[in-house]
Amino acid sequence: MANATESIAFDTAARERQADRLGMWVFIASEALLFAAVILAYLVVRTHHGAAFAAGSKELSFGLGTTNTAVLLTSSLAMAIAETKVDERNGLRASRLLLAIAAGLGALFLAIKFAEYHDEYARGLVPLFGWPFTYGGADQRGVALFFDFYFAMTALHALHLVLGIVTIAGIALLWDRSGTATRRRRTTAVALYWHFVDVVWVFLYPLLYLINR
Amino acid sequence: MTARAIQPHSYLGEDWGIAAWLTSTDHKRIAWLYFVAITAFFFLGGSMAVLIRAELVTPAGDLVSDDNYNRIFTIHGVVMVWFFLIPSVPATLGNFLLPLMIGARDLAFPRLNLASWYVFVGGSLFTLFAILMGGIDTGWTFYTPLSTMFANGWVTTAIAGVVIVGFSSIMTGINFIVTTHTLRAKGLTWFRLPIFVWTLYATSLILVLATPVLAAVLVLLALDRVAGIGIFDPALGGDPLLYQHLFWFYSHPAVYIMILPGMGVVSEVIPCFARRPLFGYTTVALATIAIAVFGFLVWGHHMFVSGQSAYAGLVFSLLSYCVAVPSAIKVFNWSLTLRKGEISFEAPMLYALCFMALFTFGGLSGLFLAALAVDVHLTDTYFVVAHFHYIMVGGMVTAYMAGLHFWWPKITGRMYPELPSQIAASILFVGFNLTFFPQFILGFLGMPRRYHAYPAEFQIWNDLSSAGALLLAVGYAMPLFYLGWSIFRGAPAPDNPWGATGLEWQTSSPPPAGNFAQTPVVDRPPYDYELPEGLE
Amino acid sequence: MTGVPFAPPEASNFAREIDALFYALLAFSFALGLFLTVLVIRYAIKYRRGSGANRQGKRMRNLPLEVAWTSSSLVVGIVLFGWGAELYMQRFHPPTNALHILGVGKQWMWKFQHPGGQREIDELHVPVDEPVIVELASEDVIHSFFVPAFRVKQDAVPGMSTNVWFTATKAGTYDLFCAEFCGTAHSAMAGNLVAMTPQDYAAWLEKQPTVDSPVAEGAALYRALGCSGCHEGRGAVRAPDLRNIFGHPVALANSSTTIADTAYIRDSILDPDKQIAAGYAPIMPAFAGLIGESELMDLVAYIESLSDKGAPS
Repeated sequence: MANATESIAFDTAARERQADRLGMWVFIASEALLFAAVILAYLVVRTHHGAAFAAGSKELSFGLGTTNTAVLLTSSLAMAIAETKVDERNGLRASRLLLAIAAGLGALFLAIKFAEYHDEYARGLVPLFGWPFTYGGADQRGVALFFDFYFAMTALHALHLVLGIVTIAGIALLWDRSGTATRRRRTTAVALYWHFVDVVWVFLYPLLYLINR
Repeated sequence: MTARAIQPHSYLGEDWGIAAWLTSTDHKRIAWLYFVAITAFFFLGGSMAVLIRAELVTPAGDLVSDDNYNRIFTIHGVVMVWFFLIPSVPATLGNFLLPLMIGARDLAFPRLNLASWYVFVGGSLFTLFAILMGGIDTGWTFYTPLSTMFANGWVTTAIAGVVIVGFSSIMTGINFIVTTHTLRAKGLTWFRLPIFVWTLYATSLILVLATPVLAAVLVLLALDRVAGIGIFDPALGGDPLLYQHLFWFYSHPAVYIMILPGMGVVSEVIPCFARRPLFGYTTVALATIAIAVFGFLVWGHHMFVSGQSAYAGLVFSLLSYCVAVPSAIKVFNWSLTLRKGEISFEAPMLYALCFMALFTFGGLSGLFLAALAVDVHLTDTYFVVAHFHYIMVGGMVTAYMAGLHFWWPKITGRMYPELPSQIAASILFVGFNLTFFPQFILGFLGMPRRYHAYPAEFQIWNDLSSAGALLLAVGYAMPLFYLGWSIFRGAPAPDNPWGATGLEWQTSSPPPAGNFAQTPVVDRPPYDYELPEGLE
Repeated sequence: MTGVPFAPPEASNFAREIDALFYALLAFSFALGLFLTVLVIRYAIKYRRGSGANRQGKRMRNLPLEVAWTSSSLVVGIVLFGWGAELYMQRFHPPTNALHILGVGKQWMWKFQHPGGQREIDELHVPVDEPVIVELASEDVIHSFFVPAFRVKQDAVPGMSTNVWFTATKAGTYDLFCAEFCGTAHSAMAGNLVAMTPQDYAAWLEKQPTVDSPVAEGAALYRALGCSGCHEGRGAVRAPDLRNIFGHPVALANSSTTIADTAYIRDSILDPDKQIAAGYAPIMPAFAGLIGESELMDLVAYIESLSDKGAPS
């Protein structure tokens, strides 16, 4: 059972785990370019509208953004421990619990993010779907562009987080029906992805929240 | 041949129900699913091309309305680029052959492979829906602000299709990269890999690293239409040139996604029919990687008159000449491979030689476009149209035909009929040049692309081109019939009809479900055609 | 226009030089293409299966040969790059005494205005032997100003000002195209460029209805839109004096400095908060969306005319 492979292509489960890990790294490289393209666009537009982007950044909730950073980093910590535990002889049960904690913290992040969105909507800072954009300071167009990027980037990130939570939930639900090797393979792979989503936030947070502090 | 009695059942023989085909994770069956899908798209895109050439027979825009003409060439571009050219060789021949060539039982992630086909079909449904509901008239490049503010078609739906198909590309790319790294047979070191595997690997790198940028830029574009985000919209303070930069960051490497696997096919065919090892194997392998890397750095050469800075123009022009060097090297290497060979001219070889000629013409015309001052005159004219059709149709599609004929016996277990194939290859060569060579002259004369009507002085060349298109259509339709016929009636194929050296020829034709009765071990370099014939 | 055309007319200062490079490329391509074709055909015949050719001394590689063709490809590439680049850079250095014509692309027509105010649509009259700059803007999507006989092409991008210059060398009527796909009637966005002798051009200008020059129209707009109220220092509101501002450095509120070029003045009208002049409150209303491209060009022309560095008109 411990040596069963999922794909007929592999002779050993160890080799398959290596392949999974490599596959996830390649996928992460791909994802990195997805975010890189958006971040690059952000940086280019910011060179045209520097002051407006700084002013827009001031309108964001520094407190909630920072709290969310802490939540996500803690979630990654839980994931990191889950990944080491899964390889220990008696660590499987703890590993599943830690996976659930990581996913739960991810959900908390999303909840806080949603509260932030709601607050920004209430303050008329969402320049989308023809909603009223009532920012009163200078260079309204530039500030609207900042918020365009803010919503696009954080929503793209949130979408990745949702996918991560769903994947973790799937792994946890299938936990009892899968063999040890499968559990280990899946935990390693999802942990890599989860850390990546975390790292993306580590880039977004300063770009959006800290540029004028 | 006595071994045949103990061969396990062929992958084709097991179960012929529709459900069995649609749920199989066998890479060989998935390759067939892709064959069917992309052939349909090829003929859809091709029929649009016929309509375009029919409209351009006379200077006046008299066959279809201007709006319909714009829709037709947009559909032609979108379908051919994303639904035929990009998946063509990798998803069909690559899918079928990669595990066979490296001595593996399947790709690393067979279920991901099947999923990629479903994602491909799912995405294509979006685009087909957009086409059926009234089409899109932005051109395949979706330039802003035309695509965001001024186009009334089903742009968002079509874009959704393209983005979804992009995911399918990424899935295939990941699968190929991991497979090449982890599943090579014992003794099959990197520099013993066939060039086809090298090119699939390089293509996969581009698929994985460039496609997400396209996804990002198209999602931002769709958000502009749906939500009113202003990133590319000058009226909202956004930057339309930023769109072009990001779009070409994907779409230039995409050209290499299309051509590299074609180069790989030709690098297999030429040594086999010349009975000679590939000349300068290591150089060709490294040139493949060099093309993939440099290909990421030349996107700005699509934008010499767009208003980007003069210095950006200089850098992109210089880098474009740099990427031409590894391509030129390959042509020299293929030519020298023929030296002191024992050349025969079956259909795959004819197609491969066509490829060499057409790719060389296309490459040389690229030198004109990379020269800054000349590009100012030629860009956005028919010269560009001719240039990229020489590379993509003359190069890539011809290579695909070469590969299809070369591996047909392995894929189907039947021989294709030789004479009709040789005739089709010849018709293709003549028809292609007749269609596209006049377009170089049209471009130099100054006829802009995407013109529904044109001044009368251009008519003679347009008429030649349209006449060529008819011939070309015959050249492409013929294989559909004789290859289709041969699946049922062709002569049974031996395991290795060409006396070729790759691992894929060491198993039966067609191969069994797990590819090899025994996992092969490799102890020699690729293209080992030095052995006396008959000794395998 | 009889016979089969192989090349467009050469009717500008650029045409001959660009064609020289084009024909050099053609000769090179032809030579290399012919060499490879002959080589492959020769091998195909000589080494066809069953021929009695000598096949001794087969080689899988030949490093000196490979190094030789790699490095010579690179040298050829760099030479072509240098040649093309030198010609290309001329685009960016128009003569200072050039005639300024304003060109606006709009779905689906070209609108031009001469320095004396004469307007025309889908037709552009220019004098020969006199450098001409066409300043381009777009009211909607990207268009591209293309005169094949002159070998010039330049995109007109909304929200941006671009320009293209040339000196017509031969009188005649030439095709003028839009080369960037711009929607439904893209191929109808074409017309004629008429190059005339300076005398004919002057006579043609005379015959046009008398209208105000861009500078005069700009001056009228300057008053009508209320710019003069603040910028001429008579009102209660303090705004920068715009005399002698074009072509001169401007100190900005973020302590940087910029040269007040066409792009700066455009931006300052459309989106004044983007770059605020040092020492002034950001109170000017934005005109983005309120004035069209032609009006904008007229205003810029007027502000340029207030400067000693403005174009003579």
